[in-house]
Amino acid sequence: MIINHPLLGPRDAQEFTFLGDASLIDRPDWEAEDAAEKFYEYAYLRDNPAGLHRELWFHETGDRSWLVVTRNTLTHEITDVEMASDVARSKGRSK
Amino acid sequence: MRYSGLRVIKEALTGHKGWQPAWRDPEPQSSYDYIIIGGGGHGLATAYYLAKKYGKSRIAVLEKGWIGGGNVGRNTTIIRSNYLLDGNEPFYEYSLKLWEGLEQELNYNAMVSQRGILNLIHTDAQRDAFTRRGNAMILNGADAEMLSVDQIKARYPFLNFNDARFPIKGGLAQHRGGTVRHDAVAWGYARAADSLGVDIIQNCEVTGFRIENGSCLGVETSRGFIGGTKVASCVAGSSSRLMSKANMRLPIESTVLQAFVTEGLKPVLPGVITYGAGHFYCSQSDKGGLVFGGDPDGYNSYAQRGNLPVVEDVCESGMALIPALGRARLLRMWGGIMDMSMDGSPIIDRTDINGLYFNGGWCYGGFKATPASGMCYAHLLATDAPHEFATAYRFDRFRRGYMIDEKGMGAQPNLH
Ligand SMILES: Cc1cc2nc3c(=O)[nH]c(=O)nc-3n(C[C@H](O)[C@H](O)[C@H](O)COP(=O)(O)OP(=O)(O)OC[C@H]3O[C@@H](n4cnc5c(N)ncnc54)[C@H](O)[C@@H]3O)c2cc1C
Repeated sequence: MIINHPLLGPRDAQEFTFLGDASLIDRPDWEAEDAAEKFYEYAYLRDNPAGLHRELWFHETGDRSWLVVTRNTLTHEITDVEMASDVARSKGRSK
Repeated sequence: MRYSGLRVIKEALTGHKGWQPAWRDPEPQSSYDYIIIGGGGHGLATAYYLAKKYGKSRIAVLEKGWIGGGNVGRNTTIIRSNYLLDGNEPFYEYSLKLWEGLEQELNYNAMVSQRGILNLIHTDAQRDAFTRRGNAMILNGADAEMLSVDQIKARYPFLNFNDARFPIKGGLAQHRGGTVRHDAVAWGYARAADSLGVDIIQNCEVTGFRIENGSCLGVETSRGFIGGTKVASCVAGSSSRLMSKANMRLPIESTVLQAFVTEGLKPVLPGVITYGAGHFYCSQSDKGGLVFGGDPDGYNSYAQRGNLPVVEDVCESGMALIPALGRARLLRMWGGIMDMSMDGSPIIDRTDINGLYFNGGWCYGGFKATPASGMCYAHLLATDAPHEFATAYRFDRFRRGYMIDEKGMGAQPNLH
């Protein structure tokens, strides 16, 4: 698989490590009433779709940035790559 | 028809005209008491024990393709009970005991071969960890023995004992472990279940559940609606896909694991060996091929095929342990989709929906579990209570913080 890094261009997937579903960006609010339940869902439950999957890849042997890769789990085709920091910022998470 | 040596001789002398199909090919009935979704090893074993041990009838196994076409026919056939943790070891030892009597029980040659499994040790810390694991096994009634380098050399003289970085320092052996002919397990359970009246319905994909007022009334399939009093999901790598039809999200991710077979060689590898410094394991099939594998590909996949980096990694690990492996030609390789759970251990439980049950999360180690998984799932379906060896395999262990994490990896399925 080739991941088209937004800053570095096409890179071999071997340079990356895989974390999992990009919903891991959406860390729940620890002060909320239902925080325990929300953290259980956040930590343990996954959609695990057959088809398009947005997922976090870490460029470990490269520039060490986190990417959100949209990939088809049935074909391994990669259709979109974003900087995870941009995704997080667009959700008002990171500064 | 009972199979026996005498029968084989009789058929050989009479032109093999007396053999009959090993199971029927029935049309689905409009409803069943028990619907088992998935004709893999676990689904077929569940149906068999439901009928045989728990005396139930009106049972169907619905399989979207052909039975044995999933992971039960794709795995590397290793059986063992060398686990550490309390939730796991009694279950896997129970499974190994069931394997030991399986062929007589099913009247089917599944080629259960207790040729032994050896986990190699390369560091002092690993020796401590494996000693602890061996003790846990013995405490749970399994067999375990620490072997010295000389003992290993006598059996496997061709291993790379003096590698500069990862010398072999010993090994943990389970002599009762071994291999089983995987297809024969599916066929043996299918034939035995069929003879007890279980309908095995192939080419019948479950496409949805009919759920009303919190109860499951049956399944929508590619061959129409089939009513069911108890509906039991048992679809391994497809677990999340299927249960999403009941609006359930599971503590599971699906990844692909590859396996490799070389050309047939003369007998060289008497037992199963696993490398302790990388992920590589190997055995020799009765046809002579070296059967080996290593790490899963490590990203979510439903593609039933892997990619080249893992092929390279597995072969490098193999060469590091068995340098002679480089002289054998690779004949075939393939991938299977595994239901990797959040703690690396399985789930056999009811769901919050009445009449809907779940069995899955077997990761890359569910083949060895087949008999016990079938027995425990049948027990749950028949009695609505967990089997004594499956009490830890509940959905709520994640919410309650009682993970069964053999490798200590945390909620990171691709690392288990
Ligand atoms: C390469 C590889 C090597 C492995 N090596 C080992 C090993 O050495 N030892 C070990 O213990 N384990 C091993 N495993 C794991 C083991 O194979 C699995 O954990 C186990 O087979 C899973 O249970 P099963 O046999 O019931 O699954 P499967 O055989 O996959 O059965 C599930 C069935 O459900 C069917 N299905 C799916 N969706 C639907 C639907 N909607 N409707 C109807 N039917 C459906 C599928 O077609 C399939 O036949 C390995 C796995 C792989 C991939």
